[in-house]
Amino acid sequence: MAGPTVVRHPSPGTGLPAVFRQRYLLKLLVDKELQIRYRGTVLGLLWSYVKPGIQFVVFYVALGIFLGLERGMENYAVYLFSGIILINFFSESFGNAARSIVANASLIKKIYLPRQMFPVASVWVAGVHLLPQLVVMLVAALVVGWSPTWISLLAIPTALLVVGLLGTGLGLLFGAANVFFRDAENFVDLIVMVSTWSAPVLYAWTMVRDVLGPVWFAGFMLNPLTVAVELSHAAFWLPTTTPGAHEVPPHLFSLWTPVALLVVTLIMLLGDLTFRRLEGRFAQEL
Amino acid sequence: MSADRTAAPNEPAVVAHHLAKEFSLRHARSLKETAMWLAKGRRQDISNRFRALEDLSVTIRPGESVALVGLNGSGKSTFLKLVSGVMSPDGGSLRVNGRVAGLIEVGAGFHPDLTGRDNVYLNGAILGMTKEEIDRKFDQIVAFSEIEQFIDTEVKFYSSGMYLRLAFAVAVFTDPDIFIIDEILSVGDEPFQRKSLGRVKQLSEEGKTLLVVSHDFDVVRKVCARGVWIEHGRVRGDGPIDEVIAQFRAEERD
Ligand SMILES: Nc1ncnc2c1ncn2[C@@H]1O[C@H](COP(=O)(O)OP(=O)(O)OP(=O)(O)O)[C@@H](O)[C@H]1O
Ligand SMILES: [Mg+2]
Repeated sequence: MAGPTVVRHPSPGTGLPAVFRQRYLLKLLVDKELQIRYRGTVLGLLWSYVKPGIQFVVFYVALGIFLGLERGMENYAVYLFSGIILINFFSESFGNAARSIVANASLIKKIYLPRQMFPVASVWVAGVHLLPQLVVMLVAALVVGWSPTWISLLAIPTALLVVGLLGTGLGLLFGAANVFFRDAENFVDLIVMVSTWSAPVLYAWTMVRDVLGPVWFAGFMLNPLTVAVELSHAAFWLPTTTPGAHEVPPHLFSLWTPVALLVVTLIMLLGDLTFRRLEGRFAQEL
Repeated sequence: MSADRTAAPNEPAVVAHHLAKEFSLRHARSLKETAMWLAKGRRQDISNRFRALEDLSVTIRPGESVALVGLNGSGKSTFLKLVSGVMSPDGGSLRVNGRVAGLIEVGAGFHPDLTGRDNVYLNGAILGMTKEEIDRKFDQIVAFSEIEQFIDTEVKFYSSGMYLRLAFAVAVFTDPDIFIIDEILSVGDEPFQRKSLGRVKQLSEEGKTLLVVSHDFDVVRKVCARGVWIEHGRVRGDGPIDEVIAQFRAEERD
């Protein structure tokens, strides 16, 4: 039998371009998530300041003071926090995007709309949650004497772009896989856990270089999360330290940032491609 | 731009040609099962497959109002899902000319924790309306549902009838070329049912193509001129609605 053909006029639009064209629906889906998340809570959006704040204080006290890391590194608190907020952004965007297809099963089974809408909306919701953390970060950096350069200011949106694209790409990939075997959800948790420890959030990149040597260190730098975290250090932490005392990994801006953007773009394309191949069967498998 | 938002004139609204749709009866869920399936060369054993649509061919012209009749499990909803794009066929060809809005189930996409107003906007956008369109039709939608007083209340506090009325109202004020209705014409109390039927007839008079599934033949007769009888995923009968219903009833009696 010849393969099935479907022709639609006008074309309803598919894939990420269609998500972009239906921005209004995307906005409503993001609003809905935010509204539901904080419904009935007295503190509302303030919770997204409180949670990372507490997380930060716990880490700071346990690692910075008890473990003595604050003595080894200037403004360790700022160092830690600038990395943690990016990891938070990654784990929330990726985790929720990966669950978004199964979570919206009842809609996907009944009404046609570009299904990429759901993972993309999850990433935006995570982005909104990141905003108050960025504010806390800025305030903390200013308190300890932040004097940024243009490069460090540019590093902020670049780091967010890397993580946002990574979360979208992996979210599309695992969101689609999750429809067919729910084991995918456990892989997501594992990846998030490993990623937290694989990027230099709690420790310094120099420690990794000393242990691994230059060749393996290049492998370490291939991880887009490492690059994003280092960009965040360059943006928030480095401008608070004694000039010349610390530095970011060599070639961070000239080499590793373009490499990271390339890697996340490839992951995005892989995620989009996989999603497109599998989405035709979502409605019947869910 | 506006040209590719509209249906091409003088072309059938829907053409299905030897359309086939297959389901697997058991869905692999765990990694172990999936690995077994991959190891076996991705062959599905025949006993695990089910053809919901065998070989369905039908042509529907723009402006026609067609009722799909048939026993439970004959493939009516599956056909509507292919037309709306929710599912893709496994064989044959399908041409759809015009924007489709589906009412496979009333209230899909409604969220209990949002107010009626927010739900109208969200559901309108899900069904393909722009913000301007919803703004323009908002008052009509609310008036049609007759729940003005509760529009800013969260939908979870609605009675089930009120909830369905609002959901139905949003759907019938979307402006598609092809309107799909799957067993939702008996929503709400009696006066509201009459009203929804009136609205659907009005859509038909405005030149919309209607595809209706209902087991309530009295309703179907009032709205549809043509009947298509589907049996085991094939067209068994096709013609004026009264004839098709008579044929179907005669056959099913014995
Ligand atoms: N996602 C699915 N996975 C497996 N089988 C399915 C799936 N969806 C439908 N089927 C099967 O396809 C057949 C046709 O279903 P369909 O919903 O089209 O029937 P229908 O004509 O609408 O029946 P009803 O009058 O009860 O609504 C049924 O046997 C059903 O079990
Ligand atoms: Mg059905």
